[in-house]
Amino acid sequence: MDSVEASHSVVSTNSDLAQPRLLSASGVGKRYGANWVLRSVNLDLAPGQILALLGENGAGKSTFVKILSGAVVPDEGNVTLADKPLSLGRPDAARRAGIAMVYQELSVCDEITVEDNIMLGREQSTWGWINRKQQHEVVHSVLAKLGHPDLEPTRMVSELSIGAKQLVEIARALAQNARVLILDEPTSSLPAADAERLFETVKKLAKDGLSVIYISHFLEEIRKLCDSYLVLRDGSVAGSGLLEGTKESDIVRLMVGRNVDELYPKVNRTVGEEVLRVDNVSARDMPHSVSLSVHRGEIFGLAGLVGAGRTETVRCIAGLRKTTSGQIAIHNEKMGRVTPRQAIKAGIAMVSEDRKSEGLAQDLSIRDNITLSRLGPYSFKGWLRGGARNDAANEWMRRLEVKANSASQNVSALSGGNQQKVALARVLHQDADCLLLDEPTRGVDVGTKAEIYRLIGETAAAGKAVLFVSSYFQELLGMCDRIAVMSRGRIVDVRPVADWDEPSLLLAAMGGDLES
Amino acid sequence: MIRRVLSAVGPLLALVAVIAFFAIADWMQGGVGNFLSSSSVRLVGVQSIKVGIAALGMTMIIISGGIDLSAGTAAALSGCVAALALDNGWSIGAAVSMAILCGAACGFVNGSLISMLKLVPFIITLGAMTIYLGIGKSIAKDGGTITPPYETIPDWLPTMVTQFPEPLWIAYPGLPNFGWGVWLTLVLAIMVAVVLHKTVLGRYIFAIGSSEPTARLCGVPVITTKILVYTIAGALVGIAGVVDIARLGKGDATAGLGLELEIIAAVVIGGGSLSGGRGTVLGTLCGVLIMGVINLGCTSLGLENQVENILLGTIIIAAVYVDRLRTQKLA
Repeated sequence: MDSVEASHSVVSTNSDLAQPRLLSASGVGKRYGANWVLRSVNLDLAPGQILALLGENGAGKSTFVKILSGAVVPDEGNVTLADKPLSLGRPDAARRAGIAMVYQELSVCDEITVEDNIMLGREQSTWGWINRKQQHEVVHSVLAKLGHPDLEPTRMVSELSIGAKQLVEIARALAQNARVLILDEPTSSLPAADAERLFETVKKLAKDGLSVIYISHFLEEIRKLCDSYLVLRDGSVAGSGLLEGTKESDIVRLMVGRNVDELYPKVNRTVGEEVLRVDNVSARDMPHSVSLSVHRGEIFGLAGLVGAGRTETVRCIAGLRKTTSGQIAIHNEKMGRVTPRQAIKAGIAMVSEDRKSEGLAQDLSIRDNITLSRLGPYSFKGWLRGGARNDAANEWMRRLEVKANSASQNVSALSGGNQQKVALARVLHQDADCLLLDEPTRGVDVGTKAEIYRLIGETAAAGKAVLFVSSYFQELLGMCDRIAVMSRGRIVDVRPVADWDEPSLLLAAMGGDLES
Repeated sequence: MIRRVLSAVGPLLALVAVIAFFAIADWMQGGVGNFLSSSSVRLVGVQSIKVGIAALGMTMIIISGGIDLSAGTAAALSGCVAALALDNGWSIGAAVSMAILCGAACGFVNGSLISMLKLVPFIITLGAMTIYLGIGKSIAKDGGTITPPYETIPDWLPTMVTQFPEPLWIAYPGLPNFGWGVWLTLVLAIMVAVVLHKTVLGRYIFAIGSSEPTARLCGVPVITTKILVYTIAGALVGIAGVVDIARLGKGDATAGLGLELEIIAAVVIGGGSLSGGRGTVLGTLCGVLIMGVINLGCTSLGLENQVENILLGTIIIAAVYVDRLRTQKLA
């Protein structure tokens, strides 16, 4: 990666230079091994500013805010708050200095009251006895500041909606005298009304001088709430400025950047008859009446942002998630209520996005993992024949170039890329007609990615139907024949790959439209 | 406060149901078992003291998301320590203090290992259970029991667990004349409830059991709190160990085997959640009494011991299932 990146700094709402900078980060970088996930990132935040932090999945947004909140130690750069340097990598120091983060996964205690949550760790007490009266006062003033005096301090948090729980978290930040509030995709699991309420609250707090860094994928939201933006791409600042007068298409262009695509094999494939058909499948929460069909020899892409419902859809097909309505058919044969066992029998194989806990049995050997979903050929009256199984495992390891000492090595000892190859080997060994690949290249280095692409291409060319889920649009554009885009649990658009490009995919996924 | 009482309504209803069940069954048999009588109440009361006191500590541990399998053998060990002290001519006050200290030390060791080694409480206390049993046996030497000379145990100690204590030491009939252990249990229960709901420590216990990462994020001293919880619970276990001496006049190292399951069952029947964050003192007391009533009821009906076992097991499973239904409705 180019280390002499041009760095930009954010123009504050008030371009007056005398405006005090509340939070300032300069030259922040973080690397994992030799791989820089963040490089030379600069940021200046004025009091009362609401900054939208934008970027594609994996652009480094989360890493960046985690550095600010002390959860991640940067490898270079420094951060100052009100001109005082912040000791990095210490969540408690960041919190005490006034940087509060509201995480995507809520961190509230369900079994205690609103008040106890707000005051948790900072109880007003004398000799260990809670001073309720004093505490009520603090909580009331915080809730009033938040603009939600109606939030009852004595309610159990478990009885609250997700939106209200989020308010509790923000109230806790305020009770700790936060000066910078970081919100990481706060609306991803909120109903629209609650999201509106949240925007009102955040705006009110900003007016009182609180600075906000707001991460979101939804452009409409950002327009409603934020005054300025910072776009990260591949770990560097791609651009920043005021939102007023900036077109959505410009922001999207900054997020996407230019392409590099020699990675993708061009294998000639002929698309044959339909293998998988999904008709109006819905499940609790997600997906909502999803329909799609995948044909022999076809790679069908499912694009979308994190939380769009793609994984849920795939899990419905694989029988891992209970559907509430709709039909799934393989080779035109309808399946009733699908269990994972039936799905495998019918010819479906899935690679899970979660390699650690679900995709692979980490404590089992490579051999066990590869053959786990099809032990039939090696068993005789319930007894396993080791030799044949070993041969098969070795054969697949050779074909996929899995780097390991032997087939009996534990999967947990392998690198991420090699683990992913083992997961793929399992579905290939299963010899299923329909492959569901959920983020098959996540956490895998570029070289292995290319190999995985080659394998997927060959598999499709051999007449399998492939459903390819990815958040990485480039690879979908490079690999697929058709791509469907999901947003908030629905398929919003399906087109042949030639009719998509990265900006249009991103825009569809973010629920925007091209005209604005 | 009202909500806390309400959340204990389930176990309370279960207690009433169990009493009604045995009353009706006894009545259908012609009342030979004499189930509904003041002597039954007294008997259940004094028989619940040991489990009751230990279950108070276990309630705190379970709310904090932990478990203590060593509570039974630690209680027995504490009893042995007290007996040993008496046997060596120590005063009764010193002996009781030693027992409480011994229990607290056991808890302190458990809590320290759990929070320092960052291992699952289940495994740590499973190991500790056997260790405390072994230590108890090695103190007791022959036959696993220590019997201090009869005269070293003052008269007031056994009245703790006597069904009809003499003399009437309380303003009877204003208050029922239970063995004073029952009153001790109630006083301790109130103290534990106050700690859980009126102090910062109490908030930390709930917060850690509810979500340990959140507690840490908010600056709760997780390690200190855990050690403290296990130590306090250990002290209560130590008091429970003294009950053995009051009842049997001796310390028995093996008396605690299986006791831990009764203690945990009481908390669970009372609505405590093994995943932490939930549990009430009132519920736990109901759980203890439910087990006591089943015990007495089966005896007075002339039912075999195995029926009692099966009944108790069923109630434990039912209690957890009902609890899950209730929490699902909330979510």
